This record gives sequence, structure tokens and C-alpha cells, in this order.
Amino acid sequence: MTLKGGDVRQERIDRGIKVRTGGIYAVSSWKEIGYLLIPRLVLIVGLLILPLAVTNLYWQRVISIVGIYALLSLSFDFLTHFVGLVSLGGAFYVGVGGYMAAILNTKLGLSPLFTIPMAALGGAAICTLFLLPCLPLRGVYFSIVTLMYPLITARIIEALNILGGTDGIVGVASFPNRWVEQYSLFGLLLLILFGLRRLVNKDIGLVFRGIKDNDQAVKASGINITHYKAAAVFISSGMGCLGGAYLVHIYMWSGISQLALDFSIIPIASTVIGGGGTLVGPVLGAFILVPISELLRAFGTLRIVFYSLILMAFIIFRSEGLMVYAQRKYHQFERWVKV
Amino acid sequence: MTSETILEVKEISKAFGGIQALSNVSFRLHQGEILGIIGPNGSGKTTLINCITGFVHTSSGKVFFKQKDITGQPPHKIAHLGVTRTFQVMRPYYSLPAYKNLIIPLFSPRARKYGGWRGGGKLGDRNTVCIDILEEIGFERDSFVPYKLASALPTGYLKRLELARCLALKPEVILCDEVFSGLSASEIASMIPLIERLQMEGITLVMIEHRLKELFRVADRVVVLNFGQKLTEGIPEAVMEDERVKEAYLGSEDLSDYV
Amino acid sequence: MEILVYGIINSVTLALMALGFTLVYGISGLPNFAHGALYIVTGFIAWSFIHTLKLNFLLAMFLSLFVTGLIGAAIYRLFLIRVRGMATSEIIASYAIGLAILEGLRWGGFKGMTYTLPVFIEGSLQILGVQVDLQRIMVVVVGVVVMGLLWLFTHYNRIGLALRAMAQDERAALMLGIDSDRMAVAAMFLGSFLAGLAAVVLLPLGNIVVEAGYNVLIMAIAVCIVGGLGSWIGAILAAFLIGFVQILTVVYIESHFQIVVALLAIIVTLILKPSGLFGRQKELEERV
Repeated sequence: MTLKGGDVRQERIDRGIKVRTGGIYAVSSWKEIGYLLIPRLVLIVGLLILPLAVTNLYWQRVISIVGIYALLSLSFDFLTHFVGLVSLGGAFYVGVGGYMAAILNTKLGLSPLFTIPMAALGGAAICTLFLLPCLPLRGVYFSIVTLMYPLITARIIEALNILGGTDGIVGVASFPNRWVEQYSLFGLLLLILFGLRRLVNKDIGLVFRGIKDNDQAVKASGINITHYKAAAVFISSGMGCLGGAYLVHIYMWSGISQLALDFSIIPIASTVIGGGGTLVGPVLGAFILVPISELLRAFGTLRIVFYSLILMAFIIFRSEGLMVYAQRKYHQFERWVKV
Repeated sequence: MTSETILEVKEISKAFGGIQALSNVSFRLHQGEILGIIGPNGSGKTTLINCITGFVHTSSGKVFFKQKDITGQPPHKIAHLGVTRTFQVMRPYYSLPAYKNLIIPLFSPRARKYGGWRGGGKLGDRNTVCIDILEEIGFERDSFVPYKLASALPTGYLKRLELARCLALKPEVILCDEVFSGLSASEIASMIPLIERLQMEGITLVMIEHRLKELFRVADRVVVLNFGQKLTEGIPEAVMEDERVKEAYLGSEDLSDYV
Repeated sequence: MEILVYGIINSVTLALMALGFTLVYGISGLPNFAHGALYIVTGFIAWSFIHTLKLNFLLAMFLSLFVTGLIGAAIYRLFLIRVRGMATSEIIASYAIGLAILEGLRWGGFKGMTYTLPVFIEGSLQILGVQVDLQRIMVVVVGVVVMGLLWLFTHYNRIGLALRAMAQDERAALMLGIDSDRMAVAAMFLGSFLAGLAAVVLLPLGNIVVEAGYNVLIMAIAVCIVGGLGSWIGAILAAFLIGFVQILTVVYIESHFQIVVALLAIIVTLILKPSGLFGRQKELEERV
């Protein structure tokens, strides 16, 4: 690259801390412990302080929604970048989890404490069952079919007038107070985030990643990839259903709008913006994108246009995402040297 | 070399659209031998392997493994029985370090059942087993090569990695799809003892090769394919003397002779 | 009789919707999720030409087709070409573009009144004892003509042949001096043009609404999957299959289930024959 100062090039140097904090050496000095812990602590403490820091009633609601979107984004990131199944129908999970929680609550009178885990697990089972026929599909085929699931489900609910039809199911119980709501949500979010990070680096996680890289070789290794894909879909849709169940209890209402496009597209956008394949990135992306989208709520569907455009711009021009960029900056520094 | 048949291919045919890739190919594979499959480009060698290992459905014909019909079974079931394969176009998991590539076959039900390596289930174990296998196949244990990303490995190592992936399954049969191609003479020279050792360990090998000279050093028998049909089979020396084989390789004026 | 006549009309309608999608996928491997958006955009452009610029009806129709084609080509040339070959990114990017267009139109374009395009020909006709309006017959005629022209184009025209070569083997086509990027842009132009064509003949039958964009996308995808992605003959056959089944559903069950039929068709196809009726994608891949 030629700049006006003569021929220079950019040099990227590793700070070397990452290597040194790799194994047992991580505890050799405070500096290195700090290097490892600070990013994690910032995230954890930040999430835990957030409900306390936000006093405005409207924005309190927004941060709960952000937490839900963060869950959905995690679900998308896991399935896309660690298993290689690009599911464009995140709203399907939300809808299934939401309706299930609503039914359990209104029909059986269970409290949110029970409906949420039941909806997450039961919903995940239902979603996995429905997606089972698509699992042998690869790439484009899978995306296309999953895109259609929420759309079709909404149509069926409308047409058959089941599950409350277009009115939805009303009268769902809310959380006792917002502290329970937000802290349980953020706690689960952190738990799932760190849990997933461990999972993908375990042996079973490597099998998932193997399926993404090269499913033929996994088959040739005597592994039934459909089983593992089903397991991954179960995990991923479980997160989506969990989000859906929370959503229903927060809004005290469940309806077709839970199958709306927002729940499919915002998680994808946050993943792309935050940096796919990092797991933290999508959470970060959700915390950036959702508040902006809330600010634009007054403009109606313009906000879908807005994040579609952001999504497109990021995927085409900055496909690595913010988190990958930040990680690189954290581990390396750059400088210009004369050639 | 007269022992029992481990794998039998009976009149396999496969057509892709209008192209007859294989027509009525049959052969037997004896326990413990190395069988070479040769033939000019496009003679259906890889398709044959794909048919045997279940990656492609045969149009007609049957495959028996130890007298059991395995035709039409999915690839993972066939691999589970112990019939493994390498890929001609190498397919490592590029984003993983070389040794982590072996975690995946080691995670399979077969490796867990027959592995016999110290439980194999706990976290640390599998990694050490990976390095063991890689060392067996020619990666230096103490060098950094096993820890490199698979995407950064040269062809020679990738071929070995493919073999290692099969070995991790404790296979009975390995179908090698051109393990020698793309390697230098010295690399092949270092691969040959490896192949011989696998044979001594009791693994039956099928080798598809274009490098006839090297193949004939290890192969016990050779099957020759041409235009999807079996021309002949026999010991390497006899096959090389066969006029039809010479013609298939050197080309003949009148192709209709074969049909 | 009714079933036969309306079945044919519905099938040709579906085929028209799907043709552009399958063409683009077949040639450049791009699943163009902005297909539905391009369909609606054509309607909007045609409407603007007629009502704001007061253009002649036919002229407006043809102009809008070309403009849509150019929009499609521009989208490809400016954005999608950068993610070429990365299937995930292609899907997400084209989907995002489609969404942006559709929701943008919903926000800024379609407000208040209902938007309709005039029909080509008024009146109706008695066929086999069934009353059919002329526009629907027009749809069938246009559909058949387009399929015929497309066949001629891809078998006898230089560009068409080049496109077909690319669909079969891109690398080989590259070696023969076919500029695959330019051909992909051409394919996108053609695909958008076809989406537009479907719009100008189909939209006069109803209102121009944003939802139609999503429906067209769903139906196009359904038809393409059942027929085998990238296979034109498969798409046409699948259109007839789904078309007739839909009409049967309307007659014997209920009209709400039309779209459910599409999903069921997809799921059944995927279970029985994942590559679709005429899909060759899978087998080719395995042959390597």
C-alpha cells in the first residue's frame, strides 16, 4: 500500500498474552489473570447492573426484550456457525415456545416458574420433531424450508382458527415483579452463553463443527449425522422456545405476532453485526440493534428496512462482525512500518 | 493368500442419468489382502467405492460384507460395520487442528465399542489417542505438525490424515481412493511401509491408484476397470501382460472393441 | 371441468412465479430471496408509470419489466456479487434486500388507497362450460409463450447457450471464455425480468399488496423444491402438480389450505426424494 509518507505496510503483531494465558500459565501473574477475566467480568457485571441502572419504565421493558433477542441470536449463531444449519425461521421456535407457555399457564394454571422450563423443553421437542424431515437437507434447502415454517404456521392458525386464532391467547400470568423477570432471564442468558462455549469445544462440539465443515467425512467416520443435527436443533430451538415463553409472560399475551418476521430477522442481523461464530458477538449485537430498533418503532415498518439494510451492509462489507474485530484488537496491535 | 471372502461385490451397476458409470462389476475381496483397482480416468473406480460405502445408491447389484447384505445401507452404518474409506478429494475439517480431526471418528459408536483405548470417553484421553494414531501414521509426535490447522497442512500429511481418520475406527476394510496421487516419489516411498504395516495388522485394503508402479509393489491382486466394466483381474504381473489392459491404458484405434 | 380449467390456470400461474427463481438458481447458484420483492416492485413501477407519468398502458408494462430487470441486475452487480459462492451469506443478503424493498414499500409506497393494475383485456369467455375471464386466459398464453421463448433462447441464442453452459459446469464454462460474473448478472436480469413478467400479468387479477411478495416467494420456493432446485422442466412439472392439488383443495376442502398444501408438498418431496423431481444437484455432487 502506498501512502504519502513513502512505501509502508501495516504490520500486525500478537501481544502474546493469548498464548501465555493458554494453559496453566494463566494463573502466573495478576496481569494475565486480569487479561482473561476482565472481558468476562465486564459482560457479567454489565448484564447484572443493567436492570438496576435503567429506571425508565419503558426502557425496563426494552431490556427484557433485548435479553430475549440475545437468546434468539445465540440460538441462531450456534446452529449456523457450529452446526452449519442456517435456519431462517427463528420465529417458529418463538411461536412454539410462546404458545406452549401460554397454554400451560391459562389452561393448567401453572406459574411461570414451571411453564417456562416446560415450554422450553417441550417446545424444543416439538420443533425438533417438525424439523426432522428437513435435517438430511443441506445448505440452501434447509434455509428455504425453515423460512417457511413460521409463515405457514401463522397461516394454519389463522385458517383453522385454533389456539385463539387471530386474537391469540390472552390472560397469561406475568412475573411476580420485574427483578425476577430480568434477573432470571439474564442469569439464564449468561448460563447458556458460557455453557454453549464449553459445549462447542468439547468432543461433541467438535462433531457438530465437523458436520459443518464436511458432513461426508463425518458420515464416513461412522457417525449418524442426522442424530447430531437433531440434537443441535433441539438445543437451538430450546433457546428459541425459552425466549418465546419469556416473551409471552412479559406481554401476558400470545398470538400470531410471535411468528412474525422480527423474530427471524433481528437475531440474524445481531449475529452478523456482532460477529458470527463467537457466541458473545450475537449477544452484543442484540444489545446494540434492539434498542435502536425500539427507537425506530414510531416509524412502523421502516425499522425492518433499517435493520435489513444494516444486515446487508454488514454481511457484504464487514462480514467478520464487531466481536471478531474487537477480539483481534484485544489480542494484537497494528502499526505501520516502512518497507 | 487364499482365505475367506470378507467383501463381495455382485454385479453392481450404476447409471448417472444416461451415463453408465458401472455395469455388472463383481469381485471378491479376501481377508487380509491388498486389492488394487486400476483403470483409466472415468472408468468408474471412485463410483465403485461410493457404491460400496453407501455414498451412492446402486442401480442394481449387491454388496456383501461377511456374507451380510449391506447394499443400500447409509454410509455411517457401513462405516460402523468396519468398512471405511478415504476421499480422493481430501476432506479434512479445515477449521480444526490436525489432531482434533480424529476426535470425530473417535466419537463414533464403533470407535467407542472397539477402540479398546483406555475408556476413550473422558476428555483428556481422546486427545492422547489422537496423537497416538497420528504418530502411527507418520506425524512426528513432538513436532508442531499435529497441532497445525488442517487447512495449513501439505498434501502428504492430508493423505495421511485421511488414513488416520479410517484407522481411528479400528476398521476391518479400508477403501483408499488414490492415496498416492499428488505425492512425490519420496513421499510415496515413505507411505508404502505404512500400507504394508496396516496389512500385517490384519486390515484388508482396497487401493484405487493411478500410480501403477508403486501400487504393484504392495498389491496382491489387481482388478482392472474400463468404461465401467471389469476387464480382468489377477496378480499384478499377469494383469500387466494382458493385451486388453495395455490397450485400455495406451488407447486403441477402435473403441467399439470393448463394448 | 372447472377443476381442469382452473387447475391449468393456477399451474401456469405458479410456473410463471417460479421460473425466474429457478432460472437464477440454476445458472448462478444464487437462491434469490429477493424474488418476491422484485415481483411487487414491478407492480409498483408499472402503477407509477401509468398513474404518475400517464404513460400508455402497454408501454408502461414493458418499461416496468426492463426497469425491474435492471434493478435485479444492479442488486446483483453491486451487492450480491461480493458474497458469490458463500451460500449462507447469499441467502441472508438477498433475503435482507428483499425485506428492505418490501417493507420499504409498505412504509413509503403503499399508503391509504388500494393499488391495482388494469387488466390487459376485459371480458370473459366460455371454455368447456366454464366461465373464465380473458385476463386469466392471457396468463396461460403468456406463460406458455414465455416457456417456449425461454427454451428457444437457451437452445439457440449465444447468451442463452452460455447461460446453460454455466448452469452445467461453471469452471468448464470459464475455461471456454465465458465471463461467469457477467453471465450471472445476465441471469439475474433475466430472472428479475421474469418475476416482473409474472407480476404484470398476474397483478391485474387482484390488488398490489406487500403480502403478495411473500406469497410469491413462498410459492416459487415450493415449486422449485418440489421440482428440484435449478431444474426448469422440474419446476414446470411441479407447478402443475402443486397447481392442481391446490385447486382440488379449494374445491374439496377449503381455500385457506392452499398454502398449507405447498408446505406439505415440500415436506413430502423432501422425505421421499430430497433432490426434487428432477434435481440433479445431489447426484452430481456425489460423483466428484
